[in-house]
Amino acid sequence: MTLLSVRNLSLSIGRHPILSDVSFDIGEGQIFGLVGESGSGKSMTALALMGLAPASARVRGTAQFGGIDLLAQTERQMTRLRGRDIGMIFQEPMTALNPMKTIGDQVAETLLVHRAVSRAATRTDAQAVAAEKLARVGLPTDRFPLSLYPHELSGGQRQRVAIAMAIALRPRLLIADEPTTALDVTTQAQILDLLRGLAADEGLALLLITHDLAVVADMARQLAVMQGGRIVETGATEPLFRAPRQDYTRRLLRAAEHRPARRPPARSTDSSAPLLSVEGAVRDYILPRPSAFAPHPLLRAVDRVSFSIRPGESLGLVGESGCGKSTLTRAILGLDPLQGGAIRLGQAPVTAGRTMPAALRARMQVVFQDPYGSFNPRHRVSRLVAEPFHLTGRPPDADRRIAAALEEVGLSAADRHKYIHEFSGGQRQRIAIARALIIRPDLIVLDEAVSALDVRVRAQVLDLLARLQESHGLAYLFISHDLSVVRAVTDRVLVMQSGRIVEEGATEDVFADPRHDYTRRLIAAAPKIPETWKEDADADAD
Amino acid sequence: MQRFLLRRLVSLALSLLAASLAIFLVIEVVPGDPASYMLGLNASPETVAALRDQLGLNAAPPARYLAWLGGMIRGDFGISYTYKVPVADLVLQRLQVSLPLALYALALTAMLAFPAGLVAAARRGRAADAAVMGATQLGIALPNFWFAMLLVLVFSLHWQVFPAGGFPGWDSGLGAGIAALTLPAVALALPQAAILARVLRSALIETEGQDYIRTARAKGLTRGQTMLRHALRNAMIPVMTILGMQFSFLLAGAIIIENVFYLPGLGRLIFQAITQRDLIVVESVVMILVFAVILVTFLVDLAYAAIDPRLRRRA
Repeated sequence: MTLLSVRNLSLSIGRHPILSDVSFDIGEGQIFGLVGESGSGKSMTALALMGLAPASARVRGTAQFGGIDLLAQTERQMTRLRGRDIGMIFQEPMTALNPMKTIGDQVAETLLVHRAVSRAATRTDAQAVAAEKLARVGLPTDRFPLSLYPHELSGGQRQRVAIAMAIALRPRLLIADEPTTALDVTTQAQILDLLRGLAADEGLALLLITHDLAVVADMARQLAVMQGGRIVETGATEPLFRAPRQDYTRRLLRAAEHRPARRPPARSTDSSAPLLSVEGAVRDYILPRPSAFAPHPLLRAVDRVSFSIRPGESLGLVGESGCGKSTLTRAILGLDPLQGGAIRLGQAPVTAGRTMPAALRARMQVVFQDPYGSFNPRHRVSRLVAEPFHLTGRPPDADRRIAAALEEVGLSAADRHKYIHEFSGGQRQRIAIARALIIRPDLIVLDEAVSALDVRVRAQVLDLLARLQESHGLAYLFISHDLSVVRAVTDRVLVMQSGRIVEEGATEDVFADPRHDYTRRLIAAAPKIPETWKEDADADAD
Repeated sequence: MQRFLLRRLVSLALSLLAASLAIFLVIEVVPGDPASYMLGLNASPETVAALRDQLGLNAAPPARYLAWLGGMIRGDFGISYTYKVPVADLVLQRLQVSLPLALYALALTAMLAFPAGLVAAARRGRAADAAVMGATQLGIALPNFWFAMLLVLVFSLHWQVFPAGGFPGWDSGLGAGIAALTLPAVALALPQAAILARVLRSALIETEGQDYIRTARAKGLTRGQTMLRHALRNAMIPVMTILGMQFSFLLAGAIIIENVFYLPGLGRLIFQAITQRDLIVVESVVMILVFAVILVTFLVDLAYAAIDPRLRRRA
């Protein structure tokens, strides 16, 4: 039985078409995947179905849902459908809940708004149902009282609250827009399990929107691939992965599995002196006093961590959020002081603040995750890229070097006159790399540097990084929560848990035969496209 | 929550101490003799010496500071040089006008600003929004004494519903007192309401863009419901900040309005004390105003914590 039948959904804002003739069907109780890169129109499709598209949007087409056309409903009619027949959850669990209301009240609100169908006449009734629903999503009241506020919960727990709100009235369709993109792999696996269980137990259909092909492969029976506001391909998941009909789908699949061609560092470097050595590094945070005269408790974020990076080597650092990756990174970059141990770059000690000589700082550069937030929007690219010159003094041939750095990362010398908003996310990340390269450092710290990029752009940036490593003999410290990327681009890998390195070894060995329980769990939790599906696609491509 | 309160109270006490020291230093210790300043250029040395003695200026500054501080704690602010009455009595008398006036004006401010801000935010970009924005622009641009004169023309001279000025005292009945304060309160409230309405509107519009508002809409709430149940409380933080500042202003900043309406308020007291060089009154009234501002800031901080659960733990 078809639950939702979308036909020729088109949406435009002003004269810009955002969606064109989007058509697909979702059966009762089915998990339907909608995949595509950012800006492909996935989220807008969901918002249009919910009647939550921007006020200036013009929507055409039909969306038959249980005998009514969602696109023809008035706002008043839609408010009755939303939350009752169609639930929706969003990407950012950190901001999706009202920070000023308790989780009990927020779940209960769904019931109270639809009082007529929920039979929850009072706040007490609604709270009772809310407790039941929160228990269903894994937040039992004895451990997670209704009186908790969102800031007292982790990201995964908040996403559970959002799911409880969306399913409180047992809707027939749940739209999940990138529900796990902001979560760690193990949390992602739990949330996906929960969604799968809800679909099976409550007979609820799930429209799963994601950019992650592995997640879809794992979850959805049917899927549609979107590009530029159109559906380019749709069908059953497995056949579509095995034998994609469209070139775009094929490129997307290939990019998701992309491994840049890398030459392993020469064996001879094994014995050479390490470029960076971290010896027993300890980093404590001072927490607020529990009572007025008690001493400050300490949080040990980095606990006696030791490792080294050789010149020209690529070292991966993986672990879930909160494990201490970023704290360690800040110490390595000389931004925060250590409470124990030492970090050396070459022979010189890395120290925090002004005590670290500029010449030493110039040997390390960093590329951050967010290609939007890490540039001053009021400066031209030439000035942005030239920033590291304050460590070395501006050379007489600075202009030539700016142009050369931009060309090295695949941009043109003329781009130096532009402002940062004129570039796409992938181009901005290239500019960040150019900025890191311009003073010829020995080590570049890549802190989730490709995590925010779409698969195809990510593949290109990874290729660029591999090429630059070879040509400049760069060493990389590659920090990521994305295991598949780390596997593709590093020689050795460190696995970090609660401030400690729990496993270390050659990347292939660690992934093929993880020793530590935590590493095993991480690898098991990462969604994968089944190997047997890929061979066909590869064969097709060749 | 108790720790939060305790910390806030300690910081309140410290701020007051710091403020009292600053006021004392500026008025009494910084070069220039208060006694000769108070008596003017033509005073004889003997008179100045006598006043110095009377004011206790011959004692060492630390002793003077402690005496002044101790007196204030006991409620003894000294004797006004020009009025020859205890400053405490003088201030209490004036506060009977200024405090009700400030509270009245503040209540009117909130009553005008909240509906206007809510309507403007809800009807953003439409006619109602444009009307509110236009009116508030005017309210900010026009000085309050101009409103005051306009109000007197219309409501006192033309319709004769409110008195044009003066204050009969609370002895002559609550109604008469309120009537006397109504036009001044309205004149004070109009520009303040214009500011507050704009702050509320932009805070609401900013909050409306948050993810949790979209979540609330996905639950089936109408736009109006999301605004009242989710956006308004989140938008209250900047609104409370502005309200706190406005109260402090209204308490002492009503000098012009008090003059227009012949009200014996705190603002006029300071103005007269300054022109008559009555430093004892100036010093004490400034201290009382500082106390009021710090107290209001304290209350605003408590209001923040009441509104936002995240602030209860952190502070």
